[in-house]
Amino acid sequence: MTLMTRLFGFRGGLHLDYRKEISTGTPIRVAPVPPQLVLPLSQHAGAPAKPRVRVGEQVLRGQTLADPEGFVSVPVHAPTSGTIVAIEPRPVPHASGLPALCIVLEADGQDAALPQTEWPAVEDVQSLEPQAIRDIVRRAGIAGLGGAGFPSFIKLGPGRPVEALIINGAECEPYISCDQMLMAERADEIVAGVQVILRAIGAPRCLIGVEDNKPPAIAALRRAASVDARIQVVVVPTRYPQGGEKQLIQALTGKEVPSEGLPLDIGYVVHNPGTARAVWRAVRYAEPLTARVVTVTGGAVKAPQNVEARIGTPMRFLIDFVGGYVGTPGRLLMGGPMMGLALSTDELPVIKSTNCILAATAEELRPADDAMPCIRCGACQEACPINLMPQQLYWHARGKEFDKTRELNLFDCIECGCCAQVCPSHIPLVQYYRYAKTEIWSAEREKRKADAARERHEARQIRIEREEREKEAARARKKAELAARKAATEATAASVPAATSAGISVDDPVARAIAAAKARRAVNAPADAAATSVKDASGSGADTDAVAKAIAAAQAKKAVKAAAAETSGTGSADKGDAVALAIAAAKAKKAAKAAADSASPDADDAVSLAIAAAKAKKHAQEQLTDAPSPAKPGAAAGGTDNDPVARAIAAAKAKKLAREAAAPTQGATAGDDDPVARAIAAAKARKAAKDAAATGDKDRDA
Amino acid sequence: MNRLSSPFLPVRNSVTAVMRDVLVALIPGVLIYTALFGFGVLQQLLLAMVSCWVIEALVLYLRSKPLRPFLTDGSALLTGALLALSLPPGAPWWIAVVGSAAAMLLGKHLYGGLGNNAFNPAMVGFVVLLISFPVQMTAWPAMQPLWAGAADAVSAATPLDHVRTQLALHRTLDEIGHDGSFGILAGRGWEWVALAWLAGGLFLLWRRQIRWQIPVGVLAGMLLPALLFWAWDADRYGSPLFHALSGATLLGAFFIATDPVSAATTPRGRLIYGLGIGLITYIVRSWGGYPDGIAFAVLLMNLCAPTLDQYTRPRVYGHGRKPEA
Repeated sequence: MTLMTRLFGFRGGLHLDYRKEISTGTPIRVAPVPPQLVLPLSQHAGAPAKPRVRVGEQVLRGQTLADPEGFVSVPVHAPTSGTIVAIEPRPVPHASGLPALCIVLEADGQDAALPQTEWPAVEDVQSLEPQAIRDIVRRAGIAGLGGAGFPSFIKLGPGRPVEALIINGAECEPYISCDQMLMAERADEIVAGVQVILRAIGAPRCLIGVEDNKPPAIAALRRAASVDARIQVVVVPTRYPQGGEKQLIQALTGKEVPSEGLPLDIGYVVHNPGTARAVWRAVRYAEPLTARVVTVTGGAVKAPQNVEARIGTPMRFLIDFVGGYVGTPGRLLMGGPMMGLALSTDELPVIKSTNCILAATAEELRPADDAMPCIRCGACQEACPINLMPQQLYWHARGKEFDKTRELNLFDCIECGCCAQVCPSHIPLVQYYRYAKTEIWSAEREKRKADAARERHEARQIRIEREEREKEAARARKKAELAARKAATEATAASVPAATSAGISVDDPVARAIAAAKARRAVNAPADAAATSVKDASGSGADTDAVAKAIAAAQAKKAVKAAAAETSGTGSADKGDAVALAIAAAKAKKAAKAAADSASPDADDAVSLAIAAAKAKKHAQEQLTDAPSPAKPGAAAGGTDNDPVARAIAAAKAKKLAREAAAPTQGATAGDDDPVARAIAAAKARKAAKDAAATGDKDRDA
Repeated sequence: MNRLSSPFLPVRNSVTAVMRDVLVALIPGVLIYTALFGFGVLQQLLLAMVSCWVIEALVLYLRSKPLRPFLTDGSALLTGALLALSLPPGAPWWIAVVGSAAAMLLGKHLYGGLGNNAFNPAMVGFVVLLISFPVQMTAWPAMQPLWAGAADAVSAATPLDHVRTQLALHRTLDEIGHDGSFGILAGRGWEWVALAWLAGGLFLLWRRQIRWQIPVGVLAGMLLPALLFWAWDADRYGSPLFHALSGATLLGAFFIATDPVSAATTPRGRLIYGLGIGLITYIVRSWGGYPDGIAFAVLLMNLCAPTLDQYTRPRVYGHGRKPEA
């Protein structure tokens, strides 16, 4: 491994006024335990933890208060000893601004630790199995300390070979200096943590990327890392957003994380230095994550500095700890000024992902002036580290053309804020992108809901239809048996020679039984599957058996009638189902005709042919005469439903509609009714047809 | 009251700053132009800038738009300045006023005002004037340095116009070059004005208010064919240097074609946009019906800008090397 590393850099980005020096003058100070701590159950990305303690319970430092719920979740521990005084929704630092369930812990001032840690401290960490490391990291409640708060144990189990671990020490956001201070002061712990993580993920090497504006951190890390040749400290130029995961990977390796992918997809795992240290302390000292370094800074605090605070400490407590406010704070932020979150109050607790509390004066922030129109200067495009076209995205987001924003890769936007920061028109671009993303997400949610509702409805329709069919089938079976008996007697009388020349005696009870069984199956099968079954029947051993074929044809007709009955039976149901039934009916009719046709040329026997024809005619008549009351007028593409011809037309129309709906230029077809209704009807028709076919398959298989 | 969502840092740049920088970058050119061609230059500037500003105010009022932000953004003043610098310094006063009205009304506010215009407003105004009042629009003064003392205004053809007429009379460029209408580099006097526009343009590049793609595109689009034809027949086709320093080439490349609103916005799109302007200008100059063609070229390429943007989208991070459909 060479010491010289080629740097690749990343596109776009900005040089900003970093103002980190205001908080790096003094070493990290340990803040005292506040009288009351508020511990949100969701301090990480994923499902909130589930409380395991009750109000009034006494707890000790390090004790698990809430268990992970599901896979993407981590537990919450007691940062100090005391009494649980409430488990209730409280305001939390979250983008939604909504209160979330929190455990409120009244400190007893003893800060007494559990007599025995919940898992054993490990002296020889390199002897640990990767899975054991992951278990400890999860039990310790470690979620990424960089800001996103993703449960760290998941990123310790990559499940594929990893090329390198990358420690993101770039810390590119202005004001924030907690990682910088931690790297300068606890470099040995970070390096020890890196070694543990390397073992867990089985990676051969680690790159620690640090921006060149942090020389003390670089020096300390280099000293600490000299013990391990696998670990390399790489100095990267100071440029925002160097600390963006995608940008740092690109700068260090020249590779790009695929769109909608993870760094792991190209063989990298990225962790924050604070996380590495937390992993070390969890493994070596069995310490859960109950404290972190927070930068308390901004022009509106007296003595900006980094403090090590217990998770759950109210922000106000920390601000007072560093001397309180000076002047009037313009706005309180969690995180940095480029991607941070505006807070409504300083009574919110520090959570695992709180890297910075920024109380800025009004002058340090941009005023909420009225934006000017976009002059398409392209400064945003130039600054975008993802190479998006921010001004076009803005244009479409403002025009609510969300499909266009997607086409312009809206979801690749990392919301770093570079575009808005250089916009001469002062357009809040990122806000527009968040808005567009939210709109798209909520539209997708709505669609999923609607789909679920429609599926429920369709399932119900199918059940009703099946019940109808079963009733009808029972009746049809009886009639068919009668018809079969009659046909058999007649056939025996008139066509014995023909039948015998075909090698099968019509008297043969076996053949008859087979034919009857097949015919039955045809009846039982849903309308369009009847066609296949009938063909099966005619294609099998009973091929030349005219009687059997006649029966089959007759029964297929029955099936048609059943379908017709269903059409009217569910005629009051909605348009789409009527159309589907019409299709089914038409298909069945066609099948019946095919069966009859196939019967005629093959059958040598004129008599049986005549019988079959007569029967077919009779059934057709029956169908016309005892066709039940028509469905709602206009139900199936405007035709009268009991008329088979109309039904066939309707079916053809429905088919055409389905095709049209499938075509991409669906909305463009002019003239017809509401295209949306048409598309829905078509989709339903398709689905019904598919379902019918599926049921048919099942029946055949059975 | 501060912003509620990130980013929160104050922004340094503003529309006013962009326009101001462009106006500042025009100063050296305006000074040399005035020194060599008289106070008519300043008179046109004053007329057009005031007209544009007043018309802007009037239209904003009629459209019930906020006056202050748009009257202080400097865009109307810049449109007026660019229009004025395209006019003959001795043109009658109403030329500038009519041109300003055309620029602001037809070129800008009919489309919705700042940021929404498809065409460069100053060039719309210029072309309206050129087509409507060809006599007044082609009466250019001869060089008359301020230090040479006051004299009666003498009108003369611009170098481009002169070369064009002389070539039509079957004289060679070599002969034309020695008839006193040429200076050291190109048209006498005009060459220095052109170099001053170049200086202003470099200032804008340094201030990062314009990007290099458009000016480089314009110059390449014009000078490459100029080089080709000059090499082929130097008697009939002007040298690249002559084209670069004549007419509105450098003013156009750095100040007119770079109007962001009506130009392409992607890096590659801008390069193509500039190449198109340069090429069309060269074609108009060499074989068209007008001595110069920057205005027509800019308006024609304005038409192409949306399509250029559509087909020159940059490759997005993480999307593979092939552009997506």
